[in-house]
Amino acid sequence: MSATTREEPLSSGSLLPAADDRRKLRKKRAFRDAFSRYGVGSSGIGVIIALALIFVYLFYETFPLLKPVSVELETEFSVPGDADRAPTLHLTLDRYEEIGARFSESGVITFFEAGTGALRSRLQIPVPEGERITTFGSGESRRSLFVYGFSDGSVLPLKVDYTQSFIDGVRQIEPKLSFPLGEEPTVLGDGAIEIYSALAIVEGRGGYVVAGGTEDGDLVMALFSTRTNLMTGAVQKQREDFSLPSIGRPVRQVLVNESLRNLFVVDDRGRLFNFDIVDRNNPTLIEEVDLVGTDARVTAAEFLVGSRSLIVGGSDGSVRQWFLVRNEETGKSHMTFVRGFQNHAGAVTTIEPEYLRKGFMTGDDQGNVGLHYATSNVTLKMQPVAESPIVRIAMGPNNGRALVKSEDLGAMQVLAIDNPHPQTSISALWGKVWYEGRAEPQFIWQSSSADDAFEAKFSIVPLSIGTLKAALFAMLLAMPLAIMGAIYTAYFMAPAIRKVVKPSIELMEALPTVILGFLAGIWLAPYVENNLPILVTGVILFPLLILVAAFAWSRLPQAIRSWVPSGWEAALLVPVVIGTGWLVVTSSPWIEIWFFDGSMRQWFTDVGIPYDQRNALIVGMAMGFAVIPTIFSIAEDAVFNVPRHLTNGSLALGATPWQTVTGVVLLTASPGIFSAIMIGFGRAVGETMIVLMASGNSPVVNFNLFEGMRTLAANIAVELPETAVGSTHFRVLFLSALVLLMFTFVLNTAAEIVRQRLRKRYASL
Amino acid sequence: MKEWWKSGAPWIWLNGGAVTISMIMVFGLLLLILVRGFGNFWPHGIFETTYMEPGADAPVRVIGELRRSETLTGEAMRSAGVDIPEDQVLVERHLVKMGNRDVTGRDFGYFIDDFMDEWRYPEDITVLERREWGDFLGTPLRLLENDVTVAVGDSLWPEFQQRLERSNDLFDEIRRIERGAIGNVNFRIERVRLDERRAELRGTTTPELEAQFAQRRADLEAEYRVLEERLNRLYDDAARDSLVLRVADGQEVTVRLADIVKAWQPNNMSIPAKVGFYVSDFFGFIFGYPREANTEGGIFPAIFGTVVMVLVMSIIVTPFGVLAAIYLREYAKQGALLKTIRISVYNLAGVPSIVFGVFGLGFFVYFVGGQIDQAFYPEALPAPTFGTPGLFWASLTLALLTLPVVIVSTEEGLARIPSTIREGSLALGATKGETLWKVVVPLATPAMMTGLILAIARAAGEVAPLMLVGVVKLAPTLPIDGNFPFIHLERKIMHMGFHIYDVGFQSPHAEAAEQLVYATALILVLLIVVLNLTAITIRNHLREKYRAEGD
Repeated sequence: MSATTREEPLSSGSLLPAADDRRKLRKKRAFRDAFSRYGVGSSGIGVIIALALIFVYLFYETFPLLKPVSVELETEFSVPGDADRAPTLHLTLDRYEEIGARFSESGVITFFEAGTGALRSRLQIPVPEGERITTFGSGESRRSLFVYGFSDGSVLPLKVDYTQSFIDGVRQIEPKLSFPLGEEPTVLGDGAIEIYSALAIVEGRGGYVVAGGTEDGDLVMALFSTRTNLMTGAVQKQREDFSLPSIGRPVRQVLVNESLRNLFVVDDRGRLFNFDIVDRNNPTLIEEVDLVGTDARVTAAEFLVGSRSLIVGGSDGSVRQWFLVRNEETGKSHMTFVRGFQNHAGAVTTIEPEYLRKGFMTGDDQGNVGLHYATSNVTLKMQPVAESPIVRIAMGPNNGRALVKSEDLGAMQVLAIDNPHPQTSISALWGKVWYEGRAEPQFIWQSSSADDAFEAKFSIVPLSIGTLKAALFAMLLAMPLAIMGAIYTAYFMAPAIRKVVKPSIELMEALPTVILGFLAGIWLAPYVENNLPILVTGVILFPLLILVAAFAWSRLPQAIRSWVPSGWEAALLVPVVIGTGWLVVTSSPWIEIWFFDGSMRQWFTDVGIPYDQRNALIVGMAMGFAVIPTIFSIAEDAVFNVPRHLTNGSLALGATPWQTVTGVVLLTASPGIFSAIMIGFGRAVGETMIVLMASGNSPVVNFNLFEGMRTLAANIAVELPETAVGSTHFRVLFLSALVLLMFTFVLNTAAEIVRQRLRKRYASL
Repeated sequence: MKEWWKSGAPWIWLNGGAVTISMIMVFGLLLLILVRGFGNFWPHGIFETTYMEPGADAPVRVIGELRRSETLTGEAMRSAGVDIPEDQVLVERHLVKMGNRDVTGRDFGYFIDDFMDEWRYPEDITVLERREWGDFLGTPLRLLENDVTVAVGDSLWPEFQQRLERSNDLFDEIRRIERGAIGNVNFRIERVRLDERRAELRGTTTPELEAQFAQRRADLEAEYRVLEERLNRLYDDAARDSLVLRVADGQEVTVRLADIVKAWQPNNMSIPAKVGFYVSDFFGFIFGYPREANTEGGIFPAIFGTVVMVLVMSIIVTPFGVLAAIYLREYAKQGALLKTIRISVYNLAGVPSIVFGVFGLGFFVYFVGGQIDQAFYPEALPAPTFGTPGLFWASLTLALLTLPVVIVSTEEGLARIPSTIREGSLALGATKGETLWKVVVPLATPAMMTGLILAIARAAGEVAPLMLVGVVKLAPTLPIDGNFPFIHLERKIMHMGFHIYDVGFQSPHAEAAEQLVYATALILVLLIVVLNLTAITIRNHLREKYRAEGD
């Protein structure tokens, strides 16, 4: 009350609004001020967080590569429906890892819920009257192919299929047996063999092969091929039997690879007999190899998926990988020891390969289970699951579940496995790896193939080398031109031309690299291939003729020279450079005729220099062109900002302009030039389009000037759109993006710090 | 000499030479693109000659357009399998565009100069640009209407021109119906399907609703049938006329007028006529749609896609970039932490663009897009709507990529404003917010403009990240059209830079497409050069202005 009365006389004489309005206005203004503060603040911080998110997200996507593998006991139950107590021959899991199957020696296959152990169904295989099962063999897990041997000497191959149907949207899976080679048991060879000690079945190119061996060392093999007549569509079945030379020792295991080229026999001493069965009528023994050393026996041997590698477990607990390596000289392939894995505490009793990767599980007679991965040479897990020896292991096709049966009476264990990315150990990414079928350990990037059993090769080395190679050749061209140009432009050039030159070169930086890449690939690469001598003559003639022209200029009479003020040398050189360019181009065919028998390209081939049309040189030229402006611009700033009193002092003391440049200007500006080079290098490392279009994109490991390369960035651009989200390949590509990000970020930060220091120093000088 | 060497002058000259070489490289490159790009549209003369390789039975007649000539050594040609006399050292060979890909299966060929007869330029040689199979070169003989000759000799050409115009009008009509009306009907049919599915998912389907959907669908299908009938009539109409021509080897070939885009007789054109042809060809290129796997026709969808993407990007990047810059410069507490943040933000400008593409694909497309699809477009699943690369994600990724550019430029502009202006405003009692928005920011707008233009120039030329997040070789529809909601942010787009990569390197007819790629490159370079020059001019102008005010 009093406040208003006191103010009343004031307001009547003033133009100010009423106090109430003013208070309102003040409030409004304060509110607006706060709104601006917090609005701007939150969006500013939001933007910074969004940018930081790039780092976080790339880390987040690559992190699962490092996650440790977990193998946990999910559940344990007594072997379902096991009335006969017959020993277990084999275990499998269906593709959804929901239904387990136990093959027992009585010829019963019991299907059960893998999660609970509840019985689903039992199938009895047709055992001939009055006979019993003596032998059992299985093919690759993904083929689900098995063979039984009976006491009358006959064998019966069969397949377990799962039919899938949807009832009310719920998936129903029913197992069923099928007989690809006929429902009747059949006799191999001439029927002389009664009891097999080992059987094998494989479905390969050209048909099924069933092979068997005995305690006496006798071997038989039969090839069942089906041929579909293209005209009539009739399926023609064919069967051929072959006999192999006896090995004279008890046969413990017979293995035939999918290509149907080799048959391996393991005897009781742990020796492997390698038969070449390409010529099936005349199988020859190529070699005998001792798989586990003389003190131990082979207790388990199994192919990895694709049947190229053999995993051998010994009675000493050793786990080793062997495969055929071709001897370049003789052209023969020999079984070669490739790598060993962590030893088991006891004898290895069973080996179970993964369905689609090069991993496998092992079990030993102490009840331990091991999980290994071949390519990356790691033992991911080794843990005890039972008290008694492990009999069989079954791995699910998705590598998420495993069944383990030990001798421990009726118990069966279910393991939950989380092992999504075993391929990427540090050594597999960065070290040489001996891949299947290769002659020696190598760096290879080959991420995918049409083949299911393909061994993915994720070596970052070829890509890193390619990246460095491209950047290096680019810097080789860009550094001298950009730095020399920067020194001249900043220190010698007349201001009138500098005004034109600097923006023009900076404009280059904005040129889309896709255009540079296109020109390099479509125009420059074929041109250089047809005119190779220009590379040599260009490097020699340009500096030489510039010097000659400069010398000639210095000999001209003073009267003429004084027409052109100093700082115009670059303009004077324009006709010289154009003339030299013309000379270099037109002389090219003549040089080929004089020095290279008419064709330098052909000469390269004769001398043995490999030459790709799109090669590192072309990339270097195009990318060099792209980084010149980056380096030039920063280096020019650094040189231009050298305080004038320093150079003037030097000149006043009698130093020539060039002495001043080398003694004062360069010394002072060197950190700036250095940071220019770093930023240029960073740009060259991450450049994608030029490399993609001008390099040929083959991931080779060399620094050959005339061969292509594949860089990290180009590789991402090529492969990322086609990978499955969340796969190892996807994450490795994210890893390479992260590597690029970190590398350029660190490089640029270092350069920026150097520049800021320099700026401070200039200010203090 | 020795003294001259000691004076250091040679080094200065060498450094000068480096500048000269760099400049000549820049301008040589621009010149190359200009010449090849603009040369694409000029109606070059067509020559006729006979070609006889040693050892051939009879000379071959060649009709074609000279693409380029090159000089090679005889040895190189001999090792490539061409029968060159032993004593010949140099060989000149010509790359000739012969057209008629469907007739001879070979539309480009190298010919050795020595084996060629004299070149003649007959006036009646005609080039037909066709909708399929590339160009056709031949001599017109007669014009047919429903297989009956209607014109020969002198009356042929004018009559042909007239009928070609008619057939092109018909074709435009067909295009309009196919692109516009039928596209619209299809769009609405899809709408009905989605509405139905949505009702199904929500469990709100009622018999009335279902009947309504069926009714809508039936209506649309009826509409479609009407259009289809009209189309068929038009197609029949267009098939009326055809032209018979003689090709180089003497064969007579009939070409339907409906397949011809345009026809010209380059040897019979005056210079003004050529200029007129040139201009119309150029506009046809810019406003036309691509044909034949992008190797022919125009690049309108690519230009349109680039522009729309850049516009959407600008709308995103400008407010955020400017606000972030204002925060960093005006509000944030200056200190070591802020310095680190600032350097980091600046450095993001130097991070390879492909990294942004990877982030965009993983985070925006798969993560955010996937979530959006689940929440808002469940009826379209499993076909993704936003969970797949598209216009919006491309723009957003590029916005992230160009944020540092805008931030740096705006901050620079804010820093340049003399503190006297700021203090004056504060002294008069303005709050910090008022000073900022009414005094400082308006003064700094030109700097923001510069930043935005630089960002646009960078975005327009960027290709690598776009390959991952939304640009495709051929988009069936433009991102903006007459169907509600008019701007389709989820659609895939075409882009000039990607067009260059794709046509230049993935196309089956690389030679035929080469000139088109040069022309596309030219348009892109012009766009970017103009944008950059604008930015540089604004920046220089501003520097002068503030220098004057600061003094």
